[in-house]
Amino acid sequence: MDFMVFQYPMITVQACLDGILLGILFALIAYGMALQWGVMNIINIAQGDLVILGGYIAYFMYLYGIHPAWGVIVSPIIMYFVGVGIYKLVINKVVDRDLFISILATFGISILFMQLMNFAFGADVVLANSGYGTTFLFDSAVVLPNSKIFSAFVSIVFAIGLVIYMKKSKLGRAIRATAQNARAAKILGVDTEKVYAATFGLNAALCGVAGALISITFTIHPYMGLPYTIRSFMIVIVAGLGNLPGVAMSGMGLGVFEEFADYILGTEFRIGSVFLLLVLILVYRRFKLSRKREYLK
Amino acid sequence: MNKNILLYGAILIFGLVAPFVFPAFKVQLSILCVLIVLATTWNIQGGEMGYNTFGNILFYGLGMYLCASVQVGMFFPLAEWTESGGEKTFVHTPTQFFQGMAAGLVVAAVVPTIVAGLIGYAILGLRGHYFAICTLGLGVAAGEISGGIEIIGAGQGFTTPPFPNVGGLEARGEFFYFLSFGALVLTFIAVRAIYSTRFKLILNAIRDNEDKAEAMGIETMKYKIIGWMVSAFFCGLAGGIMGGLVGYIDSTDVAFDGREMGVFMVLMAILGGKGTLWGPVIGATVFHIFKEGFWTFFLGWQYVALGILIVVIVIYFPEGIMGWLREKYPERFGEVVDEADRKAQVELK
Repeated sequence: MDFMVFQYPMITVQACLDGILLGILFALIAYGMALQWGVMNIINIAQGDLVILGGYIAYFMYLYGIHPAWGVIVSPIIMYFVGVGIYKLVINKVVDRDLFISILATFGISILFMQLMNFAFGADVVLANSGYGTTFLFDSAVVLPNSKIFSAFVSIVFAIGLVIYMKKSKLGRAIRATAQNARAAKILGVDTEKVYAATFGLNAALCGVAGALISITFTIHPYMGLPYTIRSFMIVIVAGLGNLPGVAMSGMGLGVFEEFADYILGTEFRIGSVFLLLVLILVYRRFKLSRKREYLK
Repeated sequence: MNKNILLYGAILIFGLVAPFVFPAFKVQLSILCVLIVLATTWNIQGGEMGYNTFGNILFYGLGMYLCASVQVGMFFPLAEWTESGGEKTFVHTPTQFFQGMAAGLVVAAVVPTIVAGLIGYAILGLRGHYFAICTLGLGVAAGEISGGIEIIGAGQGFTTPPFPNVGGLEARGEFFYFLSFGALVLTFIAVRAIYSTRFKLILNAIRDNEDKAEAMGIETMKYKIIGWMVSAFFCGLAGGIMGGLVGYIDSTDVAFDGREMGVFMVLMAILGGKGTLWGPVIGATVFHIFKEGFWTFFLGWQYVALGILIVVIVIYFPEGIMGWLREKYPERFGEVVDEADRKAQVELK
């Protein structure tokens, strides 16, 4: 345990900035999860594994001498088709079924992806070096890698782009209509099957962007997927479905929480504290709702 | 009834002679017993009560660590034991080993039960997928946190006391076989007894419609917690036995192994048929045979196979073997079938 946080105020600034930049990335993944949850009523446990797969695409571009930042463009395109493929093979069979079935089915996909990535890319922790250098603030007391700033910037651009796309485009309108009432949308001529496929593809593409950014800023590893799923789930339940500013805020909050947990408890408890926080948030909400004799739906 | 006694007698006799008839499969049979215990206890939760949990692995891992810690800690300093890793400076005498194991198993069963009772009120207030994800989080958090605690070996693992040198070469396997078979018999008798009481009906009422059950005057929370505590008791026991059987405890790969054991117990119960007494037993047996038969065949690809298996079972076979049998031969399950009605239904299909 380390109480540096309290002795050196600059570490607090550092942790906050790191956390916010990290949290914006989490919010991007969580946005994808909220999208598919809201539209298809599916909780995708393989979300994190899609992120990691997206990261490996960028990493491979880096290995072949292409700057990994291009992964931000290439990875979502590939991931879109991966997402549509998963939808066609598995998800369309669980869409109308019990939620637990979809959780278990995507859990299976997650295990499958984890192991396939382990075979294909090896079990090493890798990162794609962007060579962006670092920024020093406050007489070098706060160190910010430029790649983190870049990734936060790109995430915001993609998030805004997606919001506009959802508002203006025809597909976006169809997706929103399906989310509101799938049956009514079907009656009015929306091909919900296509909308579902596109939603899952969009979600996978968002994961691809986030993964490419994570491979530049942090590290990726085949087994690191599940924490990203849990983080995005947590962000969505804190913010609620369809509450975009809420998703951004709780994403950043989670990022800051993690950085502080890292400093105070030590790195080995970082992931554990994320999972514990999930349990605590759910329990807190459960007690808050049970006062009104309601429960989380 | 007579048929049932014959069946149980045959299974019991098979269980008692199995390690001598198939000495090479002793370890496999012990693991099968543990798997059946886990699937059956998951079924109390997921099948009868409708609370699909990924978190029973928490009690399993807890039991595993507790049993080994008690077994070591009763006689030797625990910290030095885990620090020395594989090269042991302390050796259990046979009496110490068996005393420690007995005490350890009691603690391994009782403490998770208490833990389940304590956290039950908070966790079981969640429903459906929130409950599933919350328990998933609990299991993973327990694994990550226990991987950071020094006294139980942190990341490098915890070697359980080696079996003392008594009774010849086969003694270890036989001891653990009968231990796990005993646990299986105990679990089965307990679960069968539970399923013949009003308690099971209450659990089913909770599964079918919790709000209505509450409106009918059932204190659902109380029964949910009791149900969870029963699961925790047997999960902890199974964990304690498995710890001794494997001989080595790692936080994320053996004890809180949500990726293997945690999914296995769900999968086995679903494969056999949720909400039946025999379903989990059949499911666990089929799954274990499949796993052992093909795992070596798929060497290295077993997780890929597991992932595909999960998806296939969940999508195409959610009713399980018992559900399929029930659809095929409803008379055998005591359902009165109107032949004309049945024919009409078949025609409709």
